[in-house]
Amino acid sequence: MRAIVYGYFTDELDLLNAVKELQNKGIRIADVRTPFPVHGLDAALKLRRSHLPKVAFVGGLIGGTLGLFFQVWVFTKGWPLNFGGKPFLSLPSFIPVTFELTVLIAAFSMGIAFLLRSNLGPGSIPDILDEEVTDDHFQIILSEKNNNLSETELVEALAATGALDVKHVNAEK
Amino acid sequence: MEKQNIPDAVPFKFGKKLKTWLGIAAAVGLIALLWGVFIAQLPASRIWANLWLNALMFLFLGLGALFFWTVNTLGESTWQINIQRIMESMGLTIPFAILFFVIAFPGLKHLFEWTHTEHLDEILQKKTAYLNMPFWLIRFVSYFALWTFFAFYLRKISVKNDFEPRDNFLKKLRSTSGWFIVIFAITSSTSAWDWLMSIDGHWFSTLYGWYIFSGMFVASISVIILISVAFKRFNIMPNINSEHLHDLGKYLFGFSIFWAYLWISQYLLIWYGNIPEETIYYVERVDNFNTLFYVNMTVNFLFPFLALMTRGAKRQPLYLSVIAIVVLIGHYIDLYLAIMPGAVGHEQAAIGLLEIGLPFFYLAAFLLLFLVFFEKAKPVPENHPYFIESSDYENI
Repeated sequence: MRAIVYGYFTDELDLLNAVKELQNKGIRIADVRTPFPVHGLDAALKLRRSHLPKVAFVGGLIGGTLGLFFQVWVFTKGWPLNFGGKPFLSLPSFIPVTFELTVLIAAFSMGIAFLLRSNLGPGSIPDILDEEVTDDHFQIILSEKNNNLSETELVEALAATGALDVKHVNAEK
Repeated sequence: MEKQNIPDAVPFKFGKKLKTWLGIAAAVGLIALLWGVFIAQLPASRIWANLWLNALMFLFLGLGALFFWTVNTLGESTWQINIQRIMESMGLTIPFAILFFVIAFPGLKHLFEWTHTEHLDEILQKKTAYLNMPFWLIRFVSYFALWTFFAFYLRKISVKNDFEPRDNFLKKLRSTSGWFIVIFAITSSTSAWDWLMSIDGHWFSTLYGWYIFSGMFVASISVIILISVAFKRFNIMPNINSEHLHDLGKYLFGFSIFWAYLWISQYLLIWYGNIPEETIYYVERVDNFNTLFYVNMTVNFLFPFLALMTRGAKRQPLYLSVIAIVVLIGHYIDLYLAIMPGAVGHEQAAIGLLEIGLPFFYLAAFLLLFLVFFEKAKPVPENHPYFIESSDYENI
């Protein structure tokens, strides 16, 4: 059982300053939760860039290729139909479906990958400490696990940055 | 965010060296024209069509930039404030395009079949209510009057704010931008019919105006990118950072796809319908301008689509400028394909010294006017309410 300490701010600039203040003291921040993306926070927390664009690219590639090849197969091998005397293999008419499938599979793969990676899929139990982070609270979470400080020291350090309502719980992860 | 390592702005002086370079470029264009007229004695229609093509390209760069500025103002975006003066000054070149159009006026007979009023066939006769010289000229004048008015009025509002900031500044800028967008929505389409679609007088496409507009927009974005990169390089606008380039790159990427979307939408329906009077437009281009037809698709869609896909590509100034140059040439080819098959015909049309050299004259004229206007005001609108936000933001 490791202690988790958390508090919130009501302004994103206060949050950014607090993050820098804590980092200057050598305290590692476990997580920050905000209702919307805060400019400069990713850089301050030194987060790696998301791999989601790569997932989208691969998804789009698969969707586009499968969509195109399915149509080619259907209209040349599977069930060739004569449309106004046009050749069976008419690429222009395959473009819309190929485009739509590229977008569809890219969007689906991106959405599913995001839900899985963020542990938000169906059946998952979200570990929300403060419901207000979806509204107007900017939350900083510190963990005893990656800091050498005791629980009370962490509470003091977080409260010193001006965080409101600093609490601590024992969490399993 | 920390504002580190931003050097001081070097005030822009339109120096002698730059003037010399522009003079050389203009001379290259003039020599190409004179060579075409006197030495090579090219067919008249080819020369007039080239003058027409370049006048349109000249206009489109300014007009697209004005649209880009107004649409960003209307959308209350903040990122573009640092490069706003580039777009303003580009927009001010619009009235000078009149000169280049008027130079090509004696050649209208070569360009537009509907001007041969003495022997019109049945289809063109039915179109005379719209396609007749007096009405065409009235439209020509009113387009330029409206665009010029908005370009100069918006610029006036913007520059005035540098000296005496007013509370209603943004409101005024936005409402004027809104009126411009409304007018531009109509005039961009009708001017494309007047100046480009009526070259192939028997043919029509309802999508044509948007198609030409999208090409115009992409071309002017690539010029904005090139100027922004140059101004950052020479510290004229040190506030421009990779975030601005990233946003411009996104626009170049997105609207290249938009252009391809409109291109295929127009092509696909005509291909599907397979009606001779519609397909003739593409038959002419696929059969006789085969290479350019596919080059157009590759350079304007496939190349920017693949090259600008990653985040890093949009943030790397040199890489982005190379793509911008390629796309700019690509949209010159696109306009070439819109004009030449109808106006010159495949027997006489070619790409020679005239086609390659003449654009340099117009480019030099464009840059000269742009720089003259740019020099007249502060390089960045420092009193704009969103100025700080524009220097201090990041793409997530």
